[in-house]
Amino acid sequence: MARYLLRRLGYILISLFFIVTITFFCMHFAPGSPFSSEKMPSEAIQKQMDAAYGLDQPLYKQYFDYLVNIAKWDFGPSFKYVGQSVNDIINRSFPYSLILGLEAIFLALAVGVLLGVVAAIKHNKFGDYAAMIIAVLGISVPSFIMASVLQYVFAMKLQLLPTARFESFAYTILPAIALAMTPLAFIARLMRSSMLDVLNADYIKTAKAKGLSDRVVTYRHGLRNAIMPVVSYLGPLVVSILTGSFVIEKIFAIPGLGNEFVVSITNRDYTVIMGTTVFFSVLLLVSILVVDIIYGLIDPRVKVGGKGGAK
Amino acid sequence: MAELELKQADFEPLQKNEADAERIGGPSRTFLQDAWRRFKQNKLAMFGIVVIIILAFLSIFGSMISGHNYYTNDLINANKPPSAEHWFGTDALGRDLFARTWYGARISLFIGLMAALLDLVIGVLWGAISGYFGGKVDEYMMRIADILSGVPYLLVVILLLVVMGQGLWTLIIAMTITGWINMARIVRGEVMRLRSEEYVMAARSLGASTSRILKKHLIPNTFGPVLVTLTLSIPTAIFTEAFLSYLGLGVPAPKASWGTMTSDALPALQYLPYQLFFPAFFICLTMLAFNIIGDGLRDALDPKERK
Amino acid sequence: MKKILEVKDLSVNFDSFGGEVKAIRGVTFDLHEKETLAIVGESGSGKSVTAQSLMRLIPMPPGKFADGSIKFEGEDLIEKSEKQMESIRGKEISMIFQDPMTSLNPTMTIGKQIAESLIKHQNMSKKEAHERGIELLRLVGLPNPEARIKQYPHEYSGGMRQRAMIAIALACNPKILVADEPTTALDVTIQAQILDLMRDLQEKTGTAIILITHDLGVVANSAHRVAVMYGGKIVETGTVDEIFYNPKHPYTWGLLSSMPNLDQSEGELQAIPGTPPNLLDPPKGCPFAARCPYAMKVCENHMPDYAELSETQKTACWLLDERAPKVEPPKSAIVGGVDQHAHR
Repeated sequence: MARYLLRRLGYILISLFFIVTITFFCMHFAPGSPFSSEKMPSEAIQKQMDAAYGLDQPLYKQYFDYLVNIAKWDFGPSFKYVGQSVNDIINRSFPYSLILGLEAIFLALAVGVLLGVVAAIKHNKFGDYAAMIIAVLGISVPSFIMASVLQYVFAMKLQLLPTARFESFAYTILPAIALAMTPLAFIARLMRSSMLDVLNADYIKTAKAKGLSDRVVTYRHGLRNAIMPVVSYLGPLVVSILTGSFVIEKIFAIPGLGNEFVVSITNRDYTVIMGTTVFFSVLLLVSILVVDIIYGLIDPRVKVGGKGGAK
Repeated sequence: MAELELKQADFEPLQKNEADAERIGGPSRTFLQDAWRRFKQNKLAMFGIVVIIILAFLSIFGSMISGHNYYTNDLINANKPPSAEHWFGTDALGRDLFARTWYGARISLFIGLMAALLDLVIGVLWGAISGYFGGKVDEYMMRIADILSGVPYLLVVILLLVVMGQGLWTLIIAMTITGWINMARIVRGEVMRLRSEEYVMAARSLGASTSRILKKHLIPNTFGPVLVTLTLSIPTAIFTEAFLSYLGLGVPAPKASWGTMTSDALPALQYLPYQLFFPAFFICLTMLAFNIIGDGLRDALDPKERK
Repeated sequence: MKKILEVKDLSVNFDSFGGEVKAIRGVTFDLHEKETLAIVGESGSGKSVTAQSLMRLIPMPPGKFADGSIKFEGEDLIEKSEKQMESIRGKEISMIFQDPMTSLNPTMTIGKQIAESLIKHQNMSKKEAHERGIELLRLVGLPNPEARIKQYPHEYSGGMRQRAMIAIALACNPKILVADEPTTALDVTIQAQILDLMRDLQEKTGTAIILITHDLGVVANSAHRVAVMYGGKIVETGTVDEIFYNPKHPYTWGLLSSMPNLDQSEGELQAIPGTPPNLLDPPKGCPFAARCPYAMKVCENHMPDYAELSETQKTACWLLDERAPKVEPPKSAIVGGVDQHAHR
C-alpha cells in the first residue's frame, strides 16, 4: 500500500510538472503583456514595472525561478491587485468555494443515489419515468442556465432566498443546487442502470432463495454492489463541481476561488491564472488519488496496488 | 375427463412437412436494419430527431421568416419585450431577437457539430491505430492521452483561449485539443476487442494490408459506439461553447452565439428575463434533443437490449 | 416412503411482448423423503421454471400461476403469503443455482452469506452463526474452513464455490433441496465430486433433492427417479432403471440416442432434428409431435393421457394406446448391459 501511494504521488508530481510548465509557457506566449491594457504614463515606467516583477529576465530564468517558488508553495504576486500575493488570494477565497463545493457534492450524491435507486426499484413504472425525466433535464440544462433560472424564480420573483453573495448558510442553497444538478443527474442515471444490472444478477436470486425479505435483498445485497460505479464517478464529480464553480460563483457573486479565476482571466492577471490553475490541479489529482483508495477499500475484489486475490 | 371419440384411422402416421420442424419464425435482418427498427420504435428518440430537424430549418430560414435581420440597430426600440413585431423582443441595441436567436443558432450548432466532428476524426484515428498495434505504440499513445486528460477539459480550453485569443476557429480548436480523448478511448477499446476476432486473422492471412484491415474491417465495426459517442459529444460541445461565452471567452462581436446571448442577458436578468429565456431555452432544447437521440441510439445498437 | 411434495397440474404463464407464454402446462409429480428426483429436458422445456416456481421465486408479474397446486407437507404453497414463503425459503426448501461465480454476492464474505440464513431462520447470534458456518464448510469438504469462512467468493475456485453454495443451502437443514443444473458450469472432474458430495449429504441429512439437468449422465449417477420434460409438460416419469432400460416415450428414446456411447467407436452422434415448440401458441396435441418420427394423426390434435406401465412408470404417448401400431425403440436408445455412466 505504501509503495502504491508513493508511486501515485510520483505520477502526481510528474503531471504537476507538466501542468506548471505548460501553463507557464502558455501565459508567456499569450498576446500582450500584463500591463499593456493599463494606461501606462510612459515606457520608462513600464520598464520599471517589468523589472519589479522580474519580467525582464531571460525566459529560462523566469521559468526556473517559478518552478522553485512553486515547490515552496509560493505562487508569486498578483499583477493586478497590487500588494496582494496569489497565495493571499487563494487563502482568502478558497474556503468559500470549499464550503459550496462540499455542499454540492453531498447534494449530488445523496439525491442522485436516492433517485437512481427509486427509479430502479420502480422500473418501468411512474417512479422510474419521473426520476429519469429529472435526470435528462439535469444533464441537458447547463449549470449556469439552471443558476440563472433559480436565481430569477426563487430569489428575484418569489423572494424566498437571497440573490447573491455569501453571508450565511441560506446564501449557499441556490448556488449549491445549481452546481449539483448536472452531476446529480449523471449519478441518478448511473445508479439506476447499475442497480438494474445488479437486481438481475444471480446472487440476488440466491439471496431471495434464502428467504430474505425484499427490502433486505435490495439494500443489503443490491445497493452495496450497485454503488461501485458511483464511487468511480467521484473523480469526475469533483472536476465537474470545480469547473462549475467558475460560472456559478460569478452569477451569485460568491467571493470564491472560481470567481477569482474568472476575474484573473478577464484581467489577464497571469500569475493568478497560473497559480490557481496549479492549485486546482493539485486539488484534482489528490482527489482522484483519494477516490481510488476509497474504491479499493470498498470493493474486496480490488487490491489497491495491483495484486489480485487468490484463485 | 371427456371420453375422446377416436377412430382407427387416427392412428395412422402423420404426414409431415420436414420444413415445419425447423421453421424459423420471423424474417432475418441485418444488424443495422434491426437497430434502425428498434430506434424507430423509441418515440422519444424520434421526437428528438424531429426537434433537431426543426431547429436546423429555423436556423437557416429563421430570419427570413420574421422579416428582420440580426444586425440592424434600432435604438429607439431597444429592450422591448416580445410583441407582434418582434416575436422574441429586442436586445439592448434594438436588434430583433428572433432573427438573432436563429443567427446564433447557426453559430452554436456549427461550433457544436464541428468540434464533435473533429473530435471524431482525431479520436477514431488515434484510437484505431493505438488499439490495433497494441504494445509499445499503444502504451505511448495512451500515456499521452492520459496526461492530456489529467488536466480538466475546461481548464485547458480556457488557458488555450487566453493564449490564442478569441475567435470562432480558435474556439473550435481549443475545444478539440483534448475533446478527442474520450472518442479515442472508446474506439481503442472496440478495436482491441475486435482485432482478436477471427475474421481479422483471416483477412491478414489473405494478405490484407494494415490500412485495409483498419479501413474495411475494424473501423466499420466500431460504427455503433462511435455514433453514440459522437451524438453525445455534441451537447457537451454546445455546453462548452455556452460556458466559455459566459466567461467572456466566446465568439467575439459582432458574431453572436446562443452562449454570448445568454451571457449578455445576465446582468439585466431581473428586468428583461426574456432576453435570457430564448437563447437559454434553445440551448437546453438542443442539448436535450441530442441527449435523447444519443440514448436512443445506444439502446438500439446494444444487442443486449431485447424487449 | 412419505410424500413431502405433491405438485398437481401446475401451470405457469408469462406476460410478454408477444402475448402469453405458457411456460409449463399441467405439470404433475411427487417427491418423497430422502429421494432424488431428476427433471430432465432441453433448454426451453420448462424445467427451470418448474424449479423456481416451487419456491415462488418467479417474479409475478410478468409470471402468474394459471392453474394447479404445490402441496408441501400438505399445504398449498401457492396460497401462502409472501411473508409465509420467506419463512419457508432457505429453511424448509432451499435452492442452489447453476453458475456459482455469479450466484454468490461478490462483496460479502462467504461466512456472512451463510450466516444470513442462520440468523434469520434459527435466530442464532453472529458468533453462533460463525461457528456453525465453519462446521458447514467442513461438512461440504472445504479444507481449512476457519480461514476460508472469512474470504470472498472471488478467492474460491469454481468447485469450491459450488460447495459453499451447498453449505448455504443446507445451513438450516431443509427438507427439500432444489438443484438447478448444479454441475453444468463446472469441469467434469469437479462435477463428479459435487454429485458425490450431494449424495453423501443426502445420506447424512435425509434431504430430498430435486435435480434439474439436461445431462443424462448426471441423472444416471445421482437420481432415484426421473421426470422427462418437453414443451412445458412432463412426458414420462419412472425410476432410473425404468427410464434407462425400459423407456417408452419417443422423446426419451431421442435423449438416450443422443448420448455419446463410449462403447461405440463409429457412427454419428444422433441429434433430434427440429426445434422446441413455440410456447406463445403451444400445439394442441402432444408437444413432441412435430419432431417425433412415429407421430400419428391423433398426436397432432389430442394430448395423450398418462399410461401407467407400473406403479412408478407413467408415459404420455399415443403409441401406448392399443389401437396404435407396435413400435420398438431404436437400437441407439437401448442402453447396454454395462452402464458406463453409473457408478452407484
